[in-house]
Amino acid sequence: MKHIVKIISLLVAISALWIGLLQTSLISPDYPLMLPVYLVVSLGCYGLLMVGVGLMQFPTCPQESMLLQQDIIEAKTFLRQKGVDIGSN
Amino acid sequence: MGDEVTKKNKYSIIVPTYNERLNIALIVYLIFKHLKDVEFEVIIVDDGSPDGTQEIVKQLQQVYGEDRILLRARPKKLGLGTAYAHGLKHASGNFVVIMDADLSHHPKYLPAFIKKQIETGASIVTGTRYVKVGGVHGWTLMRKLTSRGANVLAQTLLWPGVSDLTGSFRLYRKSVLEDLINSCVSKGYVFQMEMIVRASRKGHHIEEVPITFVDRVYGSSKLGGSEIVEYLKGLLYLLFTT
Repeated sequence: MKHIVKIISLLVAISALWIGLLQTSLISPDYPLMLPVYLVVSLGCYGLLMVGVGLMQFPTCPQESMLLQQDIIEAKTFLRQKGVDIGSN
Repeated sequence: MGDEVTKKNKYSIIVPTYNERLNIALIVYLIFKHLKDVEFEVIIVDDGSPDGTQEIVKQLQQVYGEDRILLRARPKKLGLGTAYAHGLKHASGNFVVIMDADLSHHPKYLPAFIKKQIETGASIVTGTRYVKVGGVHGWTLMRKLTSRGANVLAQTLLWPGVSDLTGSFRLYRKSVLEDLINSCVSKGYVFQMEMIVRASRKGHHIEEVPITFVDRVYGSSKLGGSEIVEYLKGLLYLLFTT
């Protein structure tokens, strides 16, 4: 099944649930009428929150840059000994 | 999985290059330094670099042996996806590693990829930058923001089951990579995303290992300005075709 079908099915299911809620006027219809708006807003908030949290906890590795520099020096020394033409600096 | 323990595995490391004269020498040294007691070959697919990358590769062949370093050049720049396909044709290992030549992927993680594969019997082991032990270095706030946004969007829309979709440091079972490469049509790093999403949909066992990503030291970064648009197009494409 294509992924878009899965997502559309999910949306249809949610819509069905919503229409069901509107039909069974057990509670005031004003409240369920607004539900899709809340859903979209909360989805947006979720996205922003995930980006924000992800950004704050973005793993960084400044030490790796230094280790790489050491590796580069080591590699250059070895390669130069072996006669590989890697330039002068 | 059983036969992999008894039979000796061979790993073909495919490195596509374009103007990576210095980097390719460094990366080959580091691969040989970190891969002891493992049977492997390095396949360098050079797209006709004018800076003499191929000359350096030939010198490296003198040092390490022509059977360990294979130069499989192409006449001009023909794209990443076809570079892997080209390298794959010459691969003699039962596993294939693909990695970038610009030193943002450090060969010291190769043993972790191999270990993870043997432990889990996975068909794909992919490096992830988005976990605690992994990470990036040299990224601006803007790049982190874009990366995060892109990731949240992809996770929400595609449910791929993998934390790092656009990373390109991966180990594949050779048969799986052959199958995937034929079904993927995207270009650039959307290609990486398509590969892993299709693999996930096909039900392949995918495992992750943390890697660090140090932005390229030598040479200029090859990221273009229209990458966000390309990414969104790729996302939509995958939404409708996988």
